[in-house]
Amino acid sequence: MGWFRRSPWVLHYNATSCNGCDIELIASLTPLYDLERFGIMNTGNPKHADILAVTGSVNEKSRQVVQTLYDQMPNPKVVVAVGICATSGCVFQDCYNVLGGVDKVLPVDVYIPGCAARPEAIIDGVLKACDILEEKYAQWKKMRRQ
Amino acid sequence: MAHRNIIPFGPQHPVLPEPIHFDLVTEDERIIDAIPSISYVHRGLERLIEKRDFLDFVHVADRICGLCSFMHSLGYCQAVEEIMGIEVPERALYLRSIWAELSRVHSHLFWLGVAADAFGFESLFMQALRLREPVLDIFEETTGARVILGVCKIGGVRRDIDDDSLKGIVIRLANLKAALEELGNVFINDYSVRHRLSGVGFISRDDAYALGCVGPMARASGLEIDMRKLGYAAYKYLDVEPAVETAGDCYARCLVRVREIFHSIDLVRQAAGKIPPGPIDVKVTGAPDGEYYSRVEQPRGEVIHYVKGNGAKFLQRFRVRVPTFSNIPAMIKVLKGAEVADVPNIILTLDPCISCTER
Repeated sequence: MGWFRRSPWVLHYNATSCNGCDIELIASLTPLYDLERFGIMNTGNPKHADILAVTGSVNEKSRQVVQTLYDQMPNPKVVVAVGICATSGCVFQDCYNVLGGVDKVLPVDVYIPGCAARPEAIIDGVLKACDILEEKYAQWKKMRRQ
Repeated sequence: MAHRNIIPFGPQHPVLPEPIHFDLVTEDERIIDAIPSISYVHRGLERLIEKRDFLDFVHVADRICGLCSFMHSLGYCQAVEEIMGIEVPERALYLRSIWAELSRVHSHLFWLGVAADAFGFESLFMQALRLREPVLDIFEETTGARVILGVCKIGGVRRDIDDDSLKGIVIRLANLKAALEELGNVFINDYSVRHRLSGVGFISRDDAYALGCVGPMARASGLEIDMRKLGYAAYKYLDVEPAVETAGDCYARCLVRVREIFHSIDLVRQAAGKIPPGPIDVKVTGAPDGEYYSRVEQPRGEVIHYVKGNGAKFLQRFRVRVPTFSNIPAMIKVLKGAEVADVPNIILTLDPCISCTER
């Protein structure tokens, strides 16, 4: 992993999570795990964000919110599915109001497994997302030049 | 004259870790009405009881909420055990109480952090979450997981804590207590925190009673409601003393939670001193036939688990009444007449847990 040229900001949204992954995501941003040492910060504004971290699977109502948040984010952007619910639905996949993983709605770039996802895994996944962001940025720049 | 506006608050908002939506009807800076809309995290897991047998369902009950995960499995197991007439060994009851109290400590510390973030005190947020990590380390060593513990099962618990580890936990909690006193001191005595919270979101004792408040919300208004007094798990052997304040504002709610953290640490110490040796679980045979309401005191208040079975492996009905749900009417009442800038504070001092509420 090299040095990033930018400092990507994370937008967190709880689609139908049980809170477990949310508190681990917050724990990974606080002193013991400290994602901020990589220049990664939590933001509440989708227009400032580069990485969308979604926890929990999507349901009928949250799919609209997730889609709106994704559309509001500037290009290039990366989607991270945090936790096994966001990946496949976990124990809730048989529930009547659960559509499944986040990839049913958005193009997901990184999947982070775990119930709840551990902070170490979240840090690893977000750093992978940073690499993908750099790649997308390079592509986007090339495309703009043409 | 003042002009009426509707300000949408949520579902995605910087201070909210979870999605809840309010339409705040305002006149200038003052809120005259708040219309909540929920179901952003509704999964429908109560109906999952028809697809999972009653032993497997403990894992689903564990995942109703991440912050009070242990209390949900505890409530569900208690209800099933009561229907089936299972005598849980005493050591298992003590272990359940220890894990439940540790859950309360970590949930309250998390809440203190998020509340500090809501009134713009970011370094306090970081400190509170730093001090929460030792509790999670204890969870990890004793259960193998940090958040969703999965140690409760019908008829007892899955893992034992040996006596040396218990002693170690008590010593570590005593060390943590010293650090927490410093943190609590900031919440109790700091000028800016007091200025921000005192007198905000007042709810009187009568209103709290009439609107059915539970947990720290009711206790901050002077109602002595604490389900631990019922003596489930090992609480009948411990000295439980509810923390009660009378001011009824955001500051009092904060104070109640700070005091409860220290009381929970004390309860763990008591339980570790009294825990008897013996088995940690009993064998379960048969299936539940009957119905039962189990009442458990969560970090946020009283939670009720209703379980109904007809002697088959698959239960007929499972229902949860969570503390946030009974606190929402009081939250709406308090929001009316508040300033727009106080809204995050008011919502957060109720400690809303949306994923419990909508399941």
